[in-house]
Parts: sequence; C-alpha cells; structure tokens
Amino acid sequence: MDSTGHIPAPLPTRGLLRFLTCGSVDDGKSTLIGRLLHDAGLVPDDQLAQVLRDSRGRTDEEGGIDFSLLVDGLEAEREQGITIDVAHRFFATDRRSFIVADAPGHEQYTRNMATAASTAALAVLLVDARKGLLTQTRRHAVVCSLMGIRHVVLAVNKMDLVGCDEAVFTAIAQAFADFAAPLGFATVTAIPLSARRGDNVVHRSAAMGWYHGPALLEHLETAAVEDGNALAGPLRFLVDWVNRPSPDLASDFRGLSGTLLSGRLAPGDAVTVWPSGQSARIARIVTFDGDRPGAQTGDAVTVTLEEAVDAARGDLLAGPAERPAETPEVADQFAAHLLWMAEEPLIPGRSYLLRAGARWVPATVTALRHAVNVETLEHSAATTLTMNAVGLCNLSTAAPLAFDAYAANRHTGSFILVDRFSNRTAGAGMILHPLHRAANLHRQELAVSAAERAAAKRQRPAVLWFTGLSGSGKSTVANRLERRLHALGHHTMMLDGDNVRLGLNRDLGFTDADRVENIRRVGEVAKLMTEAGLIVLCAFIAPFRAEREALRALFPEGLFLEVFVDTPLEECMRRDPKGLYAKARSGSLRNFTGVDSPYERPDAPDLRLDTTAEDADALAARVVENLRARGILGA
Amino acid sequence: MPNLPDDLRLLEAESIAILREVAAAFSRPVLLYSIGKDSGVLLHLARKAFHPGRVPFPLLHVDTGWKFRDMIAFRDETARRLGLDLIVHVNQEGVAQGIDPIRSGSAVHTRVMKTEALRQALDRHGFDAAIGGARRDEEKSRAKERVFSVRTAAHSWDPRDQRPELWHLWNTRIRPGESVRVFPLSNWTEMDVWRYVAAEGLPVVPLYFAAERPVVHRAGTLIMVDDGRLPLNPGEVPEKRRVRFRTLGCYPLSGAIESDAVTVEGIIAEMRASRTSERQGRLIDGDEPASMERKKREGYF
Repeated sequence: MDSTGHIPAPLPTRGLLRFLTCGSVDDGKSTLIGRLLHDAGLVPDDQLAQVLRDSRGRTDEEGGIDFSLLVDGLEAEREQGITIDVAHRFFATDRRSFIVADAPGHEQYTRNMATAASTAALAVLLVDARKGLLTQTRRHAVVCSLMGIRHVVLAVNKMDLVGCDEAVFTAIAQAFADFAAPLGFATVTAIPLSARRGDNVVHRSAAMGWYHGPALLEHLETAAVEDGNALAGPLRFLVDWVNRPSPDLASDFRGLSGTLLSGRLAPGDAVTVWPSGQSARIARIVTFDGDRPGAQTGDAVTVTLEEAVDAARGDLLAGPAERPAETPEVADQFAAHLLWMAEEPLIPGRSYLLRAGARWVPATVTALRHAVNVETLEHSAATTLTMNAVGLCNLSTAAPLAFDAYAANRHTGSFILVDRFSNRTAGAGMILHPLHRAANLHRQELAVSAAERAAAKRQRPAVLWFTGLSGSGKSTVANRLERRLHALGHHTMMLDGDNVRLGLNRDLGFTDADRVENIRRVGEVAKLMTEAGLIVLCAFIAPFRAEREALRALFPEGLFLEVFVDTPLEECMRRDPKGLYAKARSGSLRNFTGVDSPYERPDAPDLRLDTTAEDADALAARVVENLRARGILGA
Repeated sequence: MPNLPDDLRLLEAESIAILREVAAAFSRPVLLYSIGKDSGVLLHLARKAFHPGRVPFPLLHVDTGWKFRDMIAFRDETARRLGLDLIVHVNQEGVAQGIDPIRSGSAVHTRVMKTEALRQALDRHGFDAAIGGARRDEEKSRAKERVFSVRTAAHSWDPRDQRPELWHLWNTRIRPGESVRVFPLSNWTEMDVWRYVAAEGLPVVPLYFAAERPVVHRAGTLIMVDDGRLPLNPGEVPEKRRVRFRTLGCYPLSGAIESDAVTVEGIIAEMRASRTSERQGRLIDGDEPASMERKKREGYF
C-alpha cells in the first residue's frame, strides 16, 4: 500500500492512461466519474445545465446535482437507475489524457467489466464505506487480476456517511490487502473519499485531516503504469495488412503493415516470422511521413524485408530464433483461463472460431480442467461454463498459433471465441502456457494419395451427411442409395447413428455436450474413410448447425454434402418406426430431438429430400444423378 | 508521427489498425465522408494506414442538398487534389417530396435526407462495412457504441445486444445481409482531433475559422444565411457577425458561435477557455430526450 509518501514525478510528455471504474452496484461509480469531471472543470456549461434540470427530484437537497447523470447513457439504464454496459469517458488534464471505462456492478454483467478491464492499465475499485467489502468487490478484484490489471486504487467512497472515521477506512483497506494478496497486483492504493461531496476526488479534503495521501485525480495523473515494460520487452510486431500497392505503383513494393505490440524495431534487425519460423532482416520502415530509422511499442508502421519470405496477415515478427527467450510459443494446443460471455453455455468439443492477434482459426475446448470461483478463487469440477463463469481449459486449434503467456503480453496472449452460427463473442481467453509444441507432431505423408485412390475407383471420395429428425427416413434413403451405388460398382461405407453408438461412441449419452462429441468423432471417422477413397454415407440427426458447419470445414470444398431429409415433425411422429416419439411424449425418454431437445434446420443444404413427395427409391435415384452432376461419380 | 505527443501517437496507431482491419475483413467497405474535421482526420489516417498503397475503399458523402456551399467546394477540391474515389448520394425521393430542414422540420429532414439516404446508398452499392468518424465523447449514447457495431439487414441497432469488445480482438464476423458500422475515432475527443489537425497541418473547411458572416438569431443560436433558400421570419434581418462553427452539417440546423479564432491554434486556445460542448450548436440532437439513441437505432450514423 502506498497511501502515504506519494511523490508526483514530472512527466516528459503527455501520456495516455486507460483505467476502469468498478465495484458493487450503488457504490457510486457514475457519481464518482461525474464528480471527477465536474471538479476538474471539464463539464461544459450546457451539459451541466441539462444535468441540473434532470437532477430535479433525484437529490436530497434543492438545486443539488446528481453527478451520475453526467455519465449514465442509454434510456433503459436511466429508467432502471443502473449502468448496464460499458461507457467510455474521456478527459485530459495538463499532465495526462484519460480514457475511462465505466463498468457496471450487477453480477450478470461481469462480462462487461472484463471487457472494460481488457484494455485498462489501472482499476479504480469502489467500496461503500458503510458496507465494506462485498461479494461484488471481491469478484471485480479477481476479474481485474485475471484480466491482467496490475494497479488498483481502492476508493473507499461515502466516507461522509461514516463520519469520516479513519478506523473504518483502515479496516476496509486492511481487509482488501489481505484478500488481494494472492491476486498479484503490483500496487494497491487506498483513498478515502466522498464522491457526492467531492472529498479527496480532485481536491484533498479538510474533513479527513488524518489522510496524507493524494486525492484521486492527483494519483491518476502521476501513477506509474507499465508502459515502459512493453518498450523493454521482446519484439512483437503483428502483421495486420500485407501492403502490395501494385499495379497502381510501378514497383514490386511488398510491405508488412502492422503494430508494434512490444519492443523496438530498426532497419537491419534480424527477425523471425511466426508461426512459419522463417528468418529475415528488416530493410526499411516505411511511413506516410517518410522512412524512419526506428519504431517503438505502439507505433503503426509498414516494414519491408531484405528477403522474399512468405508472410501473411496475422503473422508475428519476433527476434531471431537463435534467441529463444525472445521467441513466442508456437503450438496448436494450450491451456488458458476462459471467461464465458454467451447465454448459451460452453460445450467442450464443439467447434468455435478463435481469434488471436489478426488470425481466425477453428478451435475446440478439449478439456475443462476446473471452474474458478471468482469470489473465493476456489476450484471446482465442471462440465460446462455458463455466462460470467471462469474456467481453466485446454484448447486445441486447427492450425498452430504464435502466442505468449497473457501475463507476459496481453496483446499476444489473449483470444476470443466466437459462436460459429450466431457470430456472438462467446468467450474471452487468457493463455497460460502451451500444452506441447506443434512442431513435434507431423502429419505423415501417405504413399498413395487420395487422388490416386479416387482415380482407381472412378469416383471422388465424398461425405453425404443425411440430417433430419428421428424417423424422417435418413437411414432408409441412405441404405437404398448405398445399394444403388454398390450396384454401379462404387466403393462406399455407411455410418449409422445407432450402430456407432453401440460401439465407438457407447460411452456417450444424449446431453448437448455428448451429442457434439458424438458428431465430432463420426466426422473424423468419415474423414479417414474418404482418405481411403470411399464415398461415405452418414445418417445422423446432427441437430446443431454449428456442428454441421464444423464438419463441413473438415473436408475440401464441395466434398461434404449436407443432405436434408426434410420430413415434418408431425409426419415423423405419425410414422414413429421405433416408438421413440411415444416414449418421449410420455416423458420416459428425455432430451429427444424435436420434443424436448432442439433441431436446427439447415439454412442452405446441398440437397433437400422431401419424403412426403417421393418414395425412398426415387429419392435415392435423384441423389445418384446429383452426384454425377457434381463429378463425384465417374462415367 | 515522430512529432506527435504520446497520447496522439497511440490514438493514431489504434485508428490505423482499425482501418486496416476493415479493409482485410470485409468485402466492400466504404468511408463515410461528411467533410468536417473528423472526416478529414479519418481520411488522413486511411491514407497513412495504406501508404504507399492507395486507400482501398471509396468515400461516400450523403448530401442533403442543404450543406454549406463552402463544404461542397472543400469536398470537391479534396477529392480532386487527392484523386479520391468519391460517391455522392442524394435521396432523390426526398427531393421529389420537397423535404427540407425548415418546412419539414429537422426531425423529418434528418430521417429522410440523412438516415434513409444513407441506408439507400449502402444498399445500392452493397457496402458491408461503413466507416464513420463518430466519437464516443460527442454524446452520451455514443459513449457505449462499439468500435465494430453490427447492424441487421434493415440497418437497425439494438443497444442491448451488442458484442463485447475485448482487447483489440475485433469480432468482424457477420451473416449475409448484415453490415457493420465502424468507428475508428471512438476514443478521440474533440480536443484530440484539433490537436491532431494542428500537428499534421491538415486542411479544414474555412467555416471552422471566424469570419464576418450574415446570421440571424434563432432558438438561442446563430444561423448563417448561406443562400437565398432560408426563409426569413417577419422583421428578421440578417446581420454581419464575426462567427465560426464547431460542427458542420445542414446550414439551417448548424448554430454558429461568436469567435475571433482564425487559426487552428486559436480554436484550441478558445476551446480550452470554452464552457460549452460541441454538439450544443446542433439543433437535431435536442429534438427530444435521448433522441440520438433513437436515431441510431433507426440507422442514423
């Protein structure tokens, strides 16, 4: 704690501090920011007049100002009197420019707080002096720590309501110091204040003569934050644009545009391009304002390389590979903390899109090692993460990534997971360490290629995935089709849902997570069979679009065909060949697709078969014609 | 860049990275150019982001027919000088209906000639990303706007269903028909923009500088009589006043302030001493409480 003996240091040039305010609801965050802006003379007269008008009936005293109105934005929030999203505020003093992210207090919005924290260097954590540390206070401190914030100001607010009692302040500050000890903050600065009255916000308060530390603004203006560390860190240059202006420039200029996430760069420097690992040397640093002799952390520049190496958007330039300490990790499996942000829970095994740096890659959570209780830091076993939950996970990506541990670099150690179907940002990840180096795993080249196998069989290998409700006729049509293909001399294999569940997948049940794993395994088996040159017919409900899209991604373009056996639910129930609908409706069978488990219809299947219009043989004949037209079946 | 103070250098780099992101992630982006100082900064940043290449997307100006004459002259001169691919769109249906900011009222005029006109232009050209110069410090509902803000196929915005934006890992995934609005200047303030204009020596429309201009007093603000279309109320006589504008838009809706600032440095000095906010001169924001948020939901920038 450095609440005393604070020495303001002069700053050479005006810097930028991003900080966030957080704490339990009603602790007065919006009021504090409003007060900060007001007392620093940064609220324009017309806005103040507006807030004075809006304050009528909202404050105890006639003509009082509700400072929170300077900050709270959206209509809905104003009606509810709470902040529901992250609001950004900007102000500047002669010493620093500030970007303030105001994060909400309610538990269900923890994800918004994490969002605000992700770019902040410092957190102002509010506590109500009357209430002391609350569940939310602890939760937010943990989220700050998890998100890599190193500096915390514990703003003990509403001191006027506890008679400006030093003992109250000291007790809260000590309780927080004890709680936060394992959280790894570099500094924790406790300040007693009253946002409503303006004590110790901009001006030091006479009401708390026992406090000798800085007022809040003074601390924010002078607090040392880590900018210097990034500058001294190893080179990380993220390529976000390959700059090839020709044909409109009569040159073969090829530049790599990007941002220096840490370290420095100069012409002549030896670098390595990751994840490919090629070596090169910086030729020029090109900018709109002319070539430059060097660039530093935070600069957006364009570099050219002496050597013609292949580099793409998303690649990372780092120091030479001979200096392992400066080299990022390159792996396709790693461990990470994952904060879940979507309404729909995490499903381990499901394919999500992962964005890290400027690269998108399919990824799955292969293991949820434990959930982290963000109030107590305790670990517990978990099979899923619901919104606002945090877990330690193993992840696997479809291609190797170059990254650092999040603790070493927030830019190169972070990722988001995006739901493949809704495109919602579902999770935020902080990488801990690689699980094993992808470099040690090499795909064996096969002596006989898939094309050679296919030519010998007069067919191109492909997967026909029959999806549809239970009882829709998937297996019936697929069986008739296989007989026809066999009669024509083609090489096929049929994978059927029930058969696979009796063997390969007999360890799986019918929860959403198990359904996802079931389909993933079948997809991999089908892939092996196509590598053997076969046409693989799969008859599986595969109720979720996300899994079907993930399956498609396993195969070359045009060789995964989604065949939608489109039979209305009423018709399936009427047929009920296995008597399952009757069981489901009576409640003796749970998680049954179409009854109490969802079926997401394909939006754009490659083939749609209407079993109410034609019989199974006619449909099978139509599929054969379609496969000929696609060139999957040879003459 | 070498001469920029640290805070501007970081803001510049962040915005440049966002502009490159748009060019890389979307198939048909467009930069909404509204001629003002923010658009000028945005255009300058785009030129820097892709140098020595050209800016890889066109510019779009939604013209209401009521912009200051100086703005149109500046726009055309800028496009010519920099060789820009500039698209000018006017809502011809609105013109045919005789919509204007005075008789139709500012709310209707804005909806038809700006909001609907923008949607028309985006649909007509199939733009999937529209880059705008809006800043979060302008207005309270803007303070919560994302940098990459998803719009439905009907261009509507749901403030309750916004994607969280962490670090600088933008989620640029959209479904067919959806589009994004992108705000690279989200984290800039009005003062940052002027300091940057000064540091980079960027040209701006002369209306930002004080000069003798014919104005009338209306609704507590000064409206410039830019051409003969502004109907004068009985007894209303334009008078010459030394004024300038903090924001530029349709001239009958843009309030002037009295000022002596004739240089960018003068503007900055005046702002430091100033006690009113930038949008105060804009008549459209005050139509009703929370009117900006409502306009944004409908597709206004």
